[in-house]
This record gives sequence, C-alpha cells and structure tokens, in this order.
Amino acid sequence: MLGLLTGFIQELRESGIPVSMVEAIDAAEALRFTDLSDRPAFKATLGSTLVKNARHYEAFETAFEVYFALLRPAPGDHADDVPPEERPRKSASSAGGGGGGQADLDGLLEALRRALTDGDQGLLRAVARRSVARLAGMEPGRPVGGTYYLYRTLRRLDIDQILEGLLAAAGTSPDTTALETRLLREEYEERIEDFREEVRAEIRRRLVADRGREAVAKTLRRPLLEETDLMHASGDELMLLGQVIHPLTRKLAARLAQRRRRGRQGRLDFRRTVRRSLSTGGVPLEPQFRSPRPTKPEVFLLCDVSGSMATFARFALQFVYAMSGQFSKLRSFAFVDGIDEITGFFEAGAAFEVALERVGREAEVVWLDGHSDYGHALGQFWDRYGSDLTPRSTVIITGDARNNYRDAGDDVMAAMAEAARAVYWLNPEPRAYWDTGDSVMSAFARHCDDVFEVRNLRQLESFVEGLALPRRRIGRLRTEWKPAEYT
Amino acid sequence: MTETGLHSPAAVQAGLRRFDYLADDRIAQVVFLADRLGKPILVEGPAGVGKTELAKALAALAGRRLIRLQCYEGLDESKALYEWNYKKQLLRIQADRSSAWSQLEEDIFTEDFLLPRPLLEAIRSSEPVVLLIDEVDRVEVETEALMLEVLSDFQVSIPELGTVVAATQPLVVLTSNNTRELSEALKRRCLFLHIGYPSVEREKEILLARVEGLDEQLADQIARLVRSVRNFQLKKPPSVSESIDWARTLLALGVEEVDEETARGTLHVLLKYQNDIDKVSRDLSSTASDIAGT
Repeated sequence: MLGLLTGFIQELRESGIPVSMVEAIDAAEALRFTDLSDRPAFKATLGSTLVKNARHYEAFETAFEVYFALLRPAPGDHADDVPPEERPRKSASSAGGGGGGQADLDGLLEALRRALTDGDQGLLRAVARRSVARLAGMEPGRPVGGTYYLYRTLRRLDIDQILEGLLAAAGTSPDTTALETRLLREEYEERIEDFREEVRAEIRRRLVADRGREAVAKTLRRPLLEETDLMHASGDELMLLGQVIHPLTRKLAARLAQRRRRGRQGRLDFRRTVRRSLSTGGVPLEPQFRSPRPTKPEVFLLCDVSGSMATFARFALQFVYAMSGQFSKLRSFAFVDGIDEITGFFEAGAAFEVALERVGREAEVVWLDGHSDYGHALGQFWDRYGSDLTPRSTVIITGDARNNYRDAGDDVMAAMAEAARAVYWLNPEPRAYWDTGDSVMSAFARHCDDVFEVRNLRQLESFVEGLALPRRRIGRLRTEWKPAEYT
Repeated sequence: MTETGLHSPAAVQAGLRRFDYLADDRIAQVVFLADRLGKPILVEGPAGVGKTELAKALAALAGRRLIRLQCYEGLDESKALYEWNYKKQLLRIQADRSSAWSQLEEDIFTEDFLLPRPLLEAIRSSEPVVLLIDEVDRVEVETEALMLEVLSDFQVSIPELGTVVAATQPLVVLTSNNTRELSEALKRRCLFLHIGYPSVEREKEILLARVEGLDEQLADQIARLVRSVRNFQLKKPPSVSESIDWARTLLALGVEEVDEETARGTLHVLLKYQNDIDKVSRDLSSTASDIAGT
C-alpha cells in the first residue's frame, strides 16, 4: 500500500499538484483510520490530505482513477470479461449486425434504458462494464488512446437516440408540463453523462490492467487550469477561467488600495488623543492618528483585441468584466490599430456574452487595415484620454507587442508613464519570443514600471501578488518630450 | 481522543443528521479524520452551502461549546488571540503605589489581567470546544500567521506569561469563500474539504430536513429546478440557503406544484441579481412557448 501511495503522490506532483512531505505523511497516517474497501472514503481521505486547492481536484481525480482503477469494486468481474472464443463472433456481429450479437446488444440497450430511467447507479455501472467488454473491441498492446475506445463503445449504443427515446416514453402522459419535460431532459442528460463517465472509467481500468499505471497516467496528464496556455485555451477552459478570475480581481483591487493605505501613516489626531487619555488619567498612552482617506484606485486597462490575440483577448475581456465589478473607477479600452473605450459595455449587471458581442460589433478598434499598430492606437489613446491620466491612475496594457513592423511610437508610452502612477504591461507570449520578428517589447518595456509574461493564470496571479511590493521603474525615461498630434 | 458519535464515519453522518445537517460520505469521512488525527478542517466553497452550519452541527454532535472567531480585514492579535487589560493594570498600579516595581510587574502580568480572545479562549477552556474560524480568507496573509501556532500545536505564546498549552484539544473548523488563496503554511496544517452544490437527492433531503411541512414531491421539484437554474451561466448561482428560502416562500404561498408562472414570480428569492433573474425567466418562458408551438 505504501508503495502505491508514494507512486500516487509522485504522479500528483508530476501533474503539477504541490504535495509536501508533511502532507504525504498525513495521508499515510490518515489511511490507518480509513476503511480501504470503502472507495469513496478512501478517496476522501487522500483528497483531503493531499489536495488543498479545489482547482486541482480534477487532476487528482484523474490520477486517482488511474492509480486505483484496479481497486474498483467489481461485482462479477471475470464474468464480464470477454472470453477469448467470443472475439471472432463479436467482430462478425459488428460487421453483419445479425444473430446473437444483435440480440445481445438489444439486451444491453434495454438494460441501459432501464438504468437511465430509474437512475440506478449499480445497474448503470454494470451496463457500462458490459458495453465496454462487448463493444469497445479493446485489444491488448494496441497503441490507441482511451478516447478511441470511448467513441467506439458509445457509437454502437447510439446514445443520442436513447435520450430521445426516453423523453418520448416519459412525455406520453398528457399532464406533463413544459417545465417538467425540461427538467426530465436535464436529468436524463446528467445520467447519460454519468454513464459516459462509467464507460470512461471502465476503459481506463482495462487500459491500466494492460499497460500499467504509470503509462496510462502519463497519457491522461493534462495541464492544470492555472497552467493552461491562454493563447490556445479551448472554449470550455476559458469558461472555467472566467469563473476563477473573480477572486483574483478582488485581490487586485485590495492590493492597489493597500499600497496606498500603507504608504503613509496618518497625521496625529490631537483631539482624539486627548479624549482617549481621559480614561487613563490624562496620560496619553495611545496616540491616535487620523487615518489617511483611502483613495480609490483608478485603473485604465488597454487590451489588444487583434486577430493574433483572439483567444487571449477573450480572456483579457473576461478579466475586464470581472474587474468592473471590483473597481468603481475602471476604464477599459480595446485596440487593434485604433482604440475605443469599452467601459460602458461592461457596466454593472451586463452579461459577459452580451458585452463581448458589443465589443465586437460597436467598438471602433480598426483604424486602417485591422492589423495591430500599437504606435497609432496608443497615440490615439493619449490624444483622446491622456488628459484623464493622473498620478493616481494605474495603466495596464495587455498585448503581444507585435507591431507589424510599424512605428512603435514608444514616445507616447513615455508620456503615459510620466502622467500615470504606474504602467504595467502583460504579454501573453513566452519571454523568449519577445523582440523576435515584429515584436517591439523592449521598446515599450523601457517606459513601463514592469512587464510580465502572463501566459497562464498562475502568472497572472503572481502579477497581482507582486503589485503589493513597491518597485522601481526600470529605466524610465524622464524627458521633456511632448507627443505629436495623432488623428 | 474519541467522542461518542465520532467513532466512525457512518456514526458522524448519522450524528450530524440528528442535528439536521446532511453530510455526504466525503464530509463525514473528513470530519471523522479530523477528530482522529486532531487536525483542523479547512472548509471551502461558495457562500451558503452550509460551511458554518457544519461547525455548528459538529459542536452540537460532540456536545461541545462553539467558540467563533469571525474574521474580517484588519483583524489583529488583540482581537484574535489576547489583549492585556491595561485599564485594570493601571488601576492596580495606582491602587498600590507603595510596593516595589519588580513585584508589581509580576502582579500585573498574570492571567487576571488577560483578556482572552477567541483563539486563546478555545485553548484555555477546560472543557473541549469546537473552534470555528469563519471566513479566514478575509484576513490578510500576515494575520493568518497568528493562527498557525494555534492550529498546529494548539498553544499560544504570550511573551510576558509564557506558553499556554491547550488543556483539551479543540476541534477546529476554518471556513473560506476562496476570495483569495490561503497561505501554503495554513493549508498544510489542515484537512481540506471542498463543499460544492449538493446533488439533487441530497438537496431534496436537506430541504425536507430544514423546511418544516414541506412535502416530498414539492421538495423534489424544487431541488430539480434549482439544479436546472444552476446550469445557467449566472453571476451568482443559487446556493442551498437560497433554495431553502425559496421552499419556505413557496410553502407560505400555499403552492403545491411549481409551474412556470410561480417559478417566474418567485425567482427573486432564488436569484440576487436582476440580470440573472431576467436571464432565467426569459428562458423559462421560451421553454413554455417551444412546447406550445410544437
């Protein structure tokens, strides 16, 4: 058991979950009090001792399924396995679709329907087992991923057909309302998802038996959500990210306000000190200070929404959306080669999808040809909104700084840095790619308080964390330069 | 240190149920382990899924007093651990001007002049207690460090007095809404328990346990509807406390079966943002017309 546990912990670490030595010991200790035959309890024990972040739970679950797949409760396990002599017959049935194979499939479908209607987990699991045995056609040693087998199994069962059939069967009574039908559909969909999960688990179990734990775990390893590359995140991942950035924006708001609050001790409040001293016989034991009035942080957020930044821009706008709930003085802008203010689209209560659509439709971000032109876009920003920048405003620019070999106009950046309290640049490209090709990152970086590589959520987090620390401007220019007219 | 009622996960589950807290297997297992290993539980999850309730039910189950420390930004040592009662100390000094300073000093730094705050109180209690540190994510990282000594060693060091070691080990429950990442040091010392939205079956049972006079069919319908509403992309999905409120509302209105009309009319109990309400009610009406159209 201990060997298995250390292997499992190793796998967790490989997939990016930080498991400390202490936690490993805790897990081993906790297992002494755990009924190992009770799978949910066993999982709860490992989960609560080894994984301390809800975001890591999915990776934990995958690893758990792989490592302890063989420990799954398997009622009549060997009975489910396909006897060798059955293989040819099965392939014949899948080709011709007649004889005992078809009857078998019908029986399976019938059982599946029953399991889905009643929500019978045990039966569902048994059907999943049997389906994989019959339909997946798994062969030992074949270098195919689990998805292929999943597809094969589910295709033969024709899952979508089953859902419609179930609904038709349930919808026959005349008194079912529209609402009822809808709830029923959702319920069935959920159960079918459960079934899929069972099938997946079964396939995994067989793969593990065939290839061994380490090999399977390795193929299933996926980057954690916070390490997902924002430039190439899928729609689902972006949605999940959208949910987890809320806490981050709250933190950012707190950080920006905190810096101010800590920056200056308030002046002595003579009146309150004297008043307070009365309770200690006139000895001013506790000097009272006027608390400095917390000023609200002003944030200007400039997002590159050009084609090369499509996925990241969506994420950036999600960030804008989340931030608009936290900052009363947040102004957001989108740019390609022109710039437009998009603050209004993210007004309190607006749905993100609607706001996103409005940015795409209404914001005038294209000036000439719709290829990134930082020089022009920033120049336009300076002309139109530059006078709004005060020593209290923080400017955050997100973009890859790929300027299509146009004039970077970094003098505008210098002016902005001069006017604002701080300018930060978040670049979603790996640091190694900066200044390659048409990237003009360092030209801008000279004027920024700091530049960050923000390719994933973790880096965004560290940017927010880092804001609390006082920093010096890196090579900031202090020239008496006035920007030219841009229009 | 095993209590009656905490001797096995099943007993925990049954025991919590007696106090109207429906724990699933995972919750029961973690609570059981926490008692066995003498480790704090860090409960995380969205607002209103019963994190604080867990601590309350646990205290009731173990027959212990509940000491609660509500965290907030700016919470400090003097509010969380202890404070010297300096007014009393001053009085003592003034009342007794004749004695020598060295003796006086010894006198005024004794437990008599100490104002225990929740953490110290939990440690000093002669009866075992349940300590609830609520919304620990609200304090700053620096303040978190104050709790570490209490959480891992169950002791508090007071420079003038020495170390106060727990006479009895408290059961500690920390809750967090995950508004910020807690420090590694804190997490390492705790068992982690994420409580999400319950399954339809569990939510139904919770409703039945919490709402008096609710019949099973209505509870079932409410639970399924709430699950359906959670599937929307909402700013604030309804949590268990909201579905309980909703059930109470429906009960008060004398509703026996929820249809689109009643659902739309009472959505404001379930959802807290106008946008969310609009979204869901729009969708509900479109479902109705879809079916009518076909």
